[in-house]
Amino acid sequence: MTDIAWIDAALTSARPQAVAALLRYFRDLDAAEEAFQDACLRALKTWPQNGPPRDPAAWLIMVGRNVAIDSVRRRSKQEPLPPDELLSDLDDAESALAERLDSADYRDDLLRLMFVCCHPELPATQQIAVALRIVSGLSVKQIARAFLVSESAMEQRITRAKRLIAKAGVPFETPGAPERAQRFAAVAAMIYLIFNEGYSATGDAAELRAQLCDEAIRLARLLLRLFQSEPEIMGLTALLLLQHARAGARFAADGSIVLLEDQDRSLWNRSLISEGLALVDKAVRHRRPGPYQVQAAIAALHSRAARAADTDWAEIDLLYDTLERLQPSPVVTLNRSVATAKVRGPAAALAMIEPLAPKLSGYFHFFGVKGAYLRQLNRVEEARTAFNQAIALANTAAEAAHIRMHLDSLNKERARRETQAPAGFGR
Amino acid sequence: MLYAILCYHSEDLVGSWSREEDEAVMGKLAAVEQKLTREGRLGPVARLMPTTAATTLRKGREPHLVVDGPFAETKEQLLGFFIIDCVSLEQAIESAKDLAQANNTGGAYEIRPVALFRPGGSPT
Repeated sequence: MTDIAWIDAALTSARPQAVAALLRYFRDLDAAEEAFQDACLRALKTWPQNGPPRDPAAWLIMVGRNVAIDSVRRRSKQEPLPPDELLSDLDDAESALAERLDSADYRDDLLRLMFVCCHPELPATQQIAVALRIVSGLSVKQIARAFLVSESAMEQRITRAKRLIAKAGVPFETPGAPERAQRFAAVAAMIYLIFNEGYSATGDAAELRAQLCDEAIRLARLLLRLFQSEPEIMGLTALLLLQHARAGARFAADGSIVLLEDQDRSLWNRSLISEGLALVDKAVRHRRPGPYQVQAAIAALHSRAARAADTDWAEIDLLYDTLERLQPSPVVTLNRSVATAKVRGPAAALAMIEPLAPKLSGYFHFFGVKGAYLRQLNRVEEARTAFNQAIALANTAAEAAHIRMHLDSLNKERARRETQAPAGFGR
Repeated sequence: MLYAILCYHSEDLVGSWSREEDEAVMGKLAAVEQKLTREGRLGPVARLMPTTAATTLRKGREPHLVVDGPFAETKEQLLGFFIIDCVSLEQAIESAKDLAQANNTGGAYEIRPVALFRPGGSPT
């Protein structure tokens, strides 16, 4: 890796913790970001000459702080601070100071930084955009491309979000346990949103969006490293790893969707699966079930099946039962019905989802799944109606194409039956 | 004599490599490993999962305490190791330098002679 490439990687990986610490110091997001930017510029100047510091984040925080102190001192005509070249590697005294000031707060710093992006008044798209900009450090251009909008539109979106955040103010007190739990929930939901933006992309956007999945995993792992014994964060990270492991098998060469049961499992990423399973094992030991752990356990059961036919659907159905109690929602019940269909048959599954109709009347998957059960029960005309309703609600070309495939095969079956001469007519 | 080359680096940094960057580094390491294999000097090699996948058993008191995470929070983490047969410390350092060429993004290799080695049954 070239000098610049490795420095760039070091700055990117240090960014979340550095900006988070500077946010605590400056109590203002814009000031924190500016200080970080300045520190990065200085790093690009001095690191190639003096060599990289052992702790890039601590260096950036120290220099970022000094930038602000320096400008204040210059304004008040005091002596400027020593140049940053002398700070290229923090020696014992300085690094001990940095250690004392920062390491105790790193965890809550990062949680706070991620948390301010989850402002409840911000629509999901803005939360994700501002988190990717502030925490991950993606450029506005990169984020705009990932969301298929113009750079100026994305710039506006982020500016609006930051204005809202500045108005709301940043919570500075160290959170107590219940507050921390609340922040975890909000931050986990946001990380999962980022992941889903990447995961649900199809067609041309898919490759760009895959970067979002990687970024979500990186943020989850970072949060987990700081909060090593939180089972729901283990569950979230495991879930993302296990889902992302299937990326290589989810789309056919022509861009169409390949369902889980039809995927070529040899294309699944085994090392991501192993890491996900390891985290599920760790989480279970805490005996504090939560929605992410349960979802991860379901994903784990799929991952452990060598072939679709080996899937332990009964266990998955039980896990969904738990998930329904922890996080009841029509979508969870809909997802559960797929397992129920495997264990108790399509009639039971249909009975489970029919009461959801009013709540899911605008949801593509509801009609797709309903059509599948009706078809399995040989109620062909009703199946056709459901599939047509699904197509009308498809969000992407790939989704519509997928349903059309079902409709085509229904039509082929009808054609086949109609050409078979019924018994007793000669032949 | 066998030497352990213990690989320490920031796992945040390594974890933020793109798939291409990671494969490039692994490819360069594989080339060095092949050379060592041809010389008959390469022992077991392991790349560990991140410390977030680790669990630690603390034996200081009874009952033993099982905690999540690595045994200590450190700036650089143990990411993996190579066991290499070397005629001298000099040769071990040379091999470590060869391996270091694959990845010049920082971190450290601890080079420590092995006192006792039992390969055990083959795990995978």
